[in-house]
Amino acid sequence: MTPITTRPPAARRPWRFSPARVGVYAFLLSASLFFLMPLYIMLVTSFKTMDEIRLGNIFALPVAITVEPWVTAWTSACTGVSCEGIRGGFWNSVWIVIPSTILPILLGALNGYALSFWKPRGANALFAILMLGAFIPVQVMMFPLVRILATLGLFSSLPGIVAIHIIFSMPVMTLLFRNYYLSIPQELFKAARIDGGGFIRIFVQLMLPMSTPIIIVAAIMQVTGVWNDYILGLVFAGRDNLPMTVQLNNVINTTTGTRLYNVNMAATILTSLVPLTIYFVSGRWFVRGIAAGAVKG
Amino acid sequence: MKIQPKQLLRQLITWTALLPMAATVLVAYLGTVLWSLKVSMSNSRTFPSDDFVGLAQFERLFDNERWMLSLQNLALYGVLFILACMTIGFLLAVFIDQKVMAEGALRTIFLYPYAMSFVATGLVWQWMLNPGNGIQQAVRLMGYEDFTFDWIIDQDKVMYTIVIATVWQASGLVMALLLAGLRGIDEEIWKAARIDGIPTWRVYLSIVLPMLGPSVATVFVLLSTAVIKLFDAVAAMTQGGPGTASEVPAKFIMDYLFGRANIALASAASIVMLLTVLALLAPLLYVRSRSKRQEADK
Repeated sequence: MTPITTRPPAARRPWRFSPARVGVYAFLLSASLFFLMPLYIMLVTSFKTMDEIRLGNIFALPVAITVEPWVTAWTSACTGVSCEGIRGGFWNSVWIVIPSTILPILLGALNGYALSFWKPRGANALFAILMLGAFIPVQVMMFPLVRILATLGLFSSLPGIVAIHIIFSMPVMTLLFRNYYLSIPQELFKAARIDGGGFIRIFVQLMLPMSTPIIIVAAIMQVTGVWNDYILGLVFAGRDNLPMTVQLNNVINTTTGTRLYNVNMAATILTSLVPLTIYFVSGRWFVRGIAAGAVKG
Repeated sequence: MKIQPKQLLRQLITWTALLPMAATVLVAYLGTVLWSLKVSMSNSRTFPSDDFVGLAQFERLFDNERWMLSLQNLALYGVLFILACMTIGFLLAVFIDQKVMAEGALRTIFLYPYAMSFVATGLVWQWMLNPGNGIQQAVRLMGYEDFTFDWIIDQDKVMYTIVIATVWQASGLVMALLLAGLRGIDEEIWKAARIDGIPTWRVYLSIVLPMLGPSVATVFVLLSTAVIKLFDAVAAMTQGGPGTASEVPAKFIMDYLFGRANIALASAASIVMLLTVLALLAPLLYVRSRSKRQEADK
């Protein structure tokens, strides 16, 4: 595989070895080191004993590798009052993420489908407001949403936090699917109409099966976004459903006594594992999601 | 105009499907904003009250030292964060665009922090920057015994540490978006510039950068909304400290909403946040709608 076929701008400058080339690589190499440093430090710290950490060389490789911090972080680190590790937070996050991914995607697809094919009167104005809504700071909506959920009896519950994630993800999910469906030829939709397809049938049997690529992009965005959320989980999830990010912060910032840095770093890696795995596995899909979500309006 | 029953039914079904979206827009977005606006003009403490006090809460807010400090911190943070992200992101994109080896690996390395949560980012940097066992101590052990890097416990410099951590997390995003923009630039421009003998750096600065306008605008909007939202990273890294040296508006609002039970003041602060966002957004929306109209005219 030559670079010439894979990268369009290849013809720009011929490959040459010059001081400028060395400079380019020197810059990129040092930038890479800067970006990798925190990951490296997290990893080595999490395998060290506390005695070794107290020696103070944060960059050194562990002399005696121990997995104890990982076990402690997972099973017995203290998150505020209880000391059961962050595994509880892991499962809470899983239970929050699953419905908070499926429902927003379904709704986003439904909205996008209705907006781009059925074009009901007045819907574009609604869509415009929704897009503006994406920019409203969470804090403006926070107190009223707490009151509304409390009135409905959903505050501090799993359905409550899922509802919150549905609300906050609706702009971007709707935008993703609307733009995707706008790229599908209208003729296809018209043909399905002539064949007698109704609103639901065309959606379920024609449009959804064609939406696999955008569903993957949307799922990657939602899982990562919901997993990494802190402020919404903190306020709306309630004590029994605190997501992993909140519990992680509790482990590190609210524990009294000696700070177990190795346990802290193991817990941080554990919390980042799900989004990082998705990122490394999905690669270009992840970037596609950023690009699609970034081009608002 | 006569509406046929069939058409009416069609509209009805579509609007039924759009009901969740309509409810979200009307209640969760518009409704909550109006509600917050109303609370911000009342005397509410723990519970909302109906008495109207006009703009008294806003006066109180701008007399509040902690709020003013939050604003100053956010302004400083915002300028540095956006400048640093843009510069680093642009440089990374340009250097990656030089037909380098291992392009995929480099992109992966620069973007992976973006997949991490602000909480995790804040905690890692808190650990690296703590003067006792962190980078400072490690460098001292290498023999530079006077080396000092204790910004995270320094009231005057703590905001810089939050800039460093969040720039580490977000500049990969800028790189990815600008790189996509660079790849979309017409090959002919490079040929023309080469024939004219213009040095590469000059082409990037004077020709390519202006052509990246739309991408830069997108990045700018993304970064500025991130600035205004700044909360998680501060909560994880410094909890607003040392003292109140790294307080930011989003954290101020959260504290007054839930800790200090002064929802009227918190709502007033949140309305100020919203107005700031609108002020940033308005020129961009204006430019976009104008360029769309121009395109339509062509």
